[in-house]
Amino acid sequence: MAKVTVKDIIEKLDLELVSGEEGIDRPITTSDISRPGLEIAGFFDYYPEERLQLLGRTELTFFQKLNEEDKQARMNRLCTDVTPGIIITRNMDVPEELIEASERSAVPVMRSTLKTTKLLSNLTNYLELRLAPTTAIHGVLVDVYGVGVLITGKSGVGKSETALELVKRGHRLVADDCVEIRQEDHNNLVGNAPELIEHLLEIRGLGIINVMTLFGAGAVRSYKRITLCINLENWDSTKQYDRLGLEEEKMKIFDTEIPKLTIPVRPGRNLAVIIEVAAMNFRLKRMGVNAAKQFTQKLQSTILDEHEDD
Amino acid sequence: MIEKKAVVKLKAGLQARPAALFVQEANRFSSEIFIERDEKKVNAKSIMGIMGLAIASGSEVTIIADGSDEKEAVDALAQFLEKEE
Repeated sequence: MAKVTVKDIIEKLDLELVSGEEGIDRPITTSDISRPGLEIAGFFDYYPEERLQLLGRTELTFFQKLNEEDKQARMNRLCTDVTPGIIITRNMDVPEELIEASERSAVPVMRSTLKTTKLLSNLTNYLELRLAPTTAIHGVLVDVYGVGVLITGKSGVGKSETALELVKRGHRLVADDCVEIRQEDHNNLVGNAPELIEHLLEIRGLGIINVMTLFGAGAVRSYKRITLCINLENWDSTKQYDRLGLEEEKMKIFDTEIPKLTIPVRPGRNLAVIIEVAAMNFRLKRMGVNAAKQFTQKLQSTILDEHEDD
Repeated sequence: MIEKKAVVKLKAGLQARPAALFVQEANRFSSEIFIERDEKKVNAKSIMGIMGLAIASGSEVTIIADGSDEKEAVDALAQFLEKEE
């Protein structure tokens, strides 16, 4: 999982660091954010100390009404060893007690000019993106007619060669051999290449080629949402392959399911064309046209008609 | 399925040439073989995957194999990485 530190959010969200600079490298482990209103009122039973704490106008106005002793005690309890940071919104004045407590326990205190709700949504978006679960999958990711197609299969089955043919036909390569996938929000898988091997393709006998310098900037993409998985496997004469296309196989990555097609590889089968057609057919299905279903309906009604005629 | 941890001792780490040799070695086995470092898992039979990990000398990796010759595969590959040259 990617690491996010307080420093990252200061840079990304343009925050002003007020105190507690020592703790600037503290990691942020959750995208949940806490607004510790009840805690300031003295209720610490469920204090989510590992979250970022946001103090807005309501919390701070209430805080000003407390007596000196309470003010110190509450701020001390707010700044724990694991609290990644405390953010004051609307560019309001930071209470002395908070500065003291934060310096003592090295919790960074930051200030933003934004309103609390606006900052909250910006922070959540940023953190969810950065803390999204990631994995690496052995396969090739190409953008075919705007459909992110993940080609999987055993080593040597011809994934890279198929990708090369697709690039030659004007489609775009995202990643070869190793695809980093992260689940951005529910049902949204985005793949990209590890930085080191971006734009590269390995072809047996040729070695490593750079698709961007060979075919131009239009032949590559840096990331793409994955919507279809095509699994290539050597033709197995004992195995049954889908002949109708009525059933839909699924592949699960994290908790997102994407449709998966298994394509047998045999000399004479042009895989690039098959994948192009699979991508087009997938788009067509999403637009509501399902050739296999239409055909079976037609077949069914013809059979029924015949039956009635008898 | 078996797993084995190995510390990379190849002096320059897994640079392009040693990586190619490593992948060649991995391809001799019929088992499915993966290599994992820092929660990143790649297919050991794919050169791009291995190079994408940029494995430096001294880093610890886990070799995972599954198949009929998994034991031999894991041992041979661990030995390859732990070779000092």
